[in-house]
Amino acid sequence: MKKIFPILAILTAGLLSYALYEALIVAPTEQTMGDVQRIFYYHVPSAWTAFLLFTINFVASIVYLIRRNSRADAVAVVTAEVGVVFCTVVLVTGPLWARPVWGIWWTWDVRLTSTLVLWLIYVSYIMLRRFSTSGQTPVLAAALAVFGALDVPLVYFSIWYFRTQHPQPVIGGGGSIDPRMLHVLLINWLAFSCFAFLICWSRYRLERLQRDVEEMQSLESLLEPRSVR
Amino acid sequence: MSYLYAAYAATWIIHIVYLASVVRRYGRLKKEMDDLKGK
Repeated sequence: MKKIFPILAILTAGLLSYALYEALIVAPTEQTMGDVQRIFYYHVPSAWTAFLLFTINFVASIVYLIRRNSRADAVAVVTAEVGVVFCTVVLVTGPLWARPVWGIWWTWDVRLTSTLVLWLIYVSYIMLRRFSTSGQTPVLAAALAVFGALDVPLVYFSIWYFRTQHPQPVIGGGGSIDPRMLHVLLINWLAFSCFAFLICWSRYRLERLQRDVEEMQSLESLLEPRSVR
Repeated sequence: MSYLYAAYAATWIIHIVYLASVVRRYGRLKKEMDDLKGK
């Protein structure tokens, strides 16, 4: 496993570089928005990757609630954390795209607000994991994750069922996309998904290691000779 | 164009900051493990 990781890391770095080249050079310039539309190739794949990670978090949380499996709990922690990173990218690149196109940084419409709520739910999940010392923390966090995951379909389908400032979905919705743009979008999504997988892999190893250290520390405190009065 | 570059730069800054935090946590954990082994 240790040998595969560097190879995958090099391949992912190559794929990310190629995806960047495709996004900035190869993709055709959009007629109305111009070059700023190229933010799309980072904004949308980051959103899809965040949704994917939150969905894995949801499944892992359900597995943990049913079986109390510590590996499932570790997967849930990792995917929530990496998902928040990708969701942060969405919330930063969105306003940077909105400002030149809509003339505003932010508007409280359904898509944007539900995405912010999604981010806040998973930030609270991470804070709960980090600062709570209760033995019930993994259970409480898993329950929070199950409710938090309900926001994912709300975010995704909000532009289908509500009138929003946000454009229509480019795939499967009312919007349409040039096939060359779609090709670049999918390459960027593949690159970001591989990148997310590698980060999750590293973070998962760190999480397991952290749990081992905590276990060793608690064992050591039990074995320590106590002072006799 | 400046918004485009800002968005791309922000994306990589966010990822790099997160990766740096993971590396820092790993270093701290490794030190804790070495301390435990030393005892």
